[in-house]
Amino acid sequence: MSSLSKSPWILHYDASSCNGCDIEVLACLTPMYDVERFGIINTGNPKHADIFVVTGSVNEQNIDVIKNLYNQMPDPKVVVAVGICAATGGIFRECYNVMGGIDQVLPVDVYVPGCAARPESIIDGIVKATTILEEKYKKMKESKSLVKKGRV
Amino acid sequence: MSRRTIIPFGPQHPVLPEPIHLDLVMEDEKVVEAIPSIGFVHRGLEKLVEKKDFIEYIYVAERICGICSFMHGMGYSQAIEQIMNIEVPERAVFLRTIWAEFSRLHSHLLWLGLLADAFGFENLFMNCWRVREKILDIIEETTGGRVIFGSCKVGGVRKDIDPVTLKRIDKLLAELEKEIKDISNVFMNEYTVKRRLVGVGVLSKEDAHVLGAVGPMMRASGIAQDMRNLGYGAYSKLEFEPITRTNGDSYDRCAVRIDELFQSISLIRQAVDKIPEGPVDVKVTGNPDGEYFARLEQPRGEVVYYIKGNGTKFLDRVRVRTPTFANVPALLKLLQGCDFADVPILILTIDPCISCTER
Repeated sequence: MSSLSKSPWILHYDASSCNGCDIEVLACLTPMYDVERFGIINTGNPKHADIFVVTGSVNEQNIDVIKNLYNQMPDPKVVVAVGICAATGGIFRECYNVMGGIDQVLPVDVYVPGCAARPESIIDGIVKATTILEEKYKKMKESKSLVKKGRV
Repeated sequence: MSRRTIIPFGPQHPVLPEPIHLDLVMEDEKVVEAIPSIGFVHRGLEKLVEKKDFIEYIYVAERICGICSFMHGMGYSQAIEQIMNIEVPERAVFLRTIWAEFSRLHSHLLWLGLLADAFGFENLFMNCWRVREKILDIIEETTGGRVIFGSCKVGGVRKDIDPVTLKRIDKLLAELEKEIKDISNVFMNEYTVKRRLVGVGVLSKEDAHVLGAVGPMMRASGIAQDMRNLGYGAYSKLEFEPITRTNGDSYDRCAVRIDELFQSISLIRQAVDKIPEGPVDVKVTGNPDGEYFARLEQPRGEVVYYIKGNGTKFLDRVRVRTPTFANVPALLKLLQGCDFADVPILILTIDPCISCTER
């Protein structure tokens, strides 16, 4: 991780996880792991968030909620799928009300494995996400400056 | 009469780690009615029993909820063991009890933290979770998992705790007790906390009974009902009394849970003292045929497991009645007539576990 030009704020949503990953995401914020030392803050408002942390898999009921939250986030944004359910559906894959991983709906940038994902790996995933966020930001800036110069 | 407005609450909301949606019908600042809509976390785990055999299903049972995961596994295996007449070794029963009480400790501390966060006392939230990490360390050391232990199985447990670790647990409990006392002092005596909790959301004894509330919710209203008194696990050999309060407000619900922390510490101490030597599991042969109800006391209240086997390795039916489901009618009653600012606190005082409820 290079130096960060901004502090990424995360938005956490429990898609249909068993709570295991959710409490581990929360545990990341607390004194033992303390992601605030990276400038990462858990926000409740999608309009303030840069990183979308989703736990659990997609189902009929929450698919619109996930899309809605993602669309409300300003660009550039990164999606982190935490836990095996968010990646593929995991142990619930065969359930009738589980459509699969988050990548069915959103473009996922980082997958964090584990059932439940450990706080260390969640932090690792989010730190990786900040690097991707940085790249996306640079690309956005470049394309904007090209538009300004009239080359596109 | 003032105009009525509807304020949507959830499914994504800062105070809720889990998605539940409520339509709050408001008259000025007062909530007139709360209309819940659920189903955001429904996965259909009860149906999954047709695809996983009864030995495998314990992994699914543990993942019904990540907070009280061990007790779900325990309830499921108790029911199967009753159907199949399996005699679980005494040591395994004690180990299960120890882990169950550890999960109660971590669940209650987690809840205390979330409550502190709901009324905006972030320092207290962080402190509760700091103490909770110590419990998770013990759990991780003895089972291998932090939130989902995977240590319970049909016919016993997968891991043993060696005597050296048991001794250390005893020592750690003394440390924990001191830290929890510090935290509980803030919850019970701090002026700002009291202002937010005392007299908020009163559930009378009659209402608690009629609406079928369970667990700390019911005990805070003065009904001394604790499923551990049924004597499952090693509880029949341990001494404890159900903790009750009489006012039934948010403060009392908080007090019941804080007292239960000390109760759990005492129960673990007793179990560590009395744990017998011996094997930790027995071999399971054959398939379950018959049906059984298992009732357990989870951190959130009574959970009921109904299991029906048909003599094959796939069960006919698994039905779980989870504590939060039983507490939702009481919550809706509490929300009627409350201030809008108290809504997050009232939702939290039932200790909602939506994953359990919707499965």
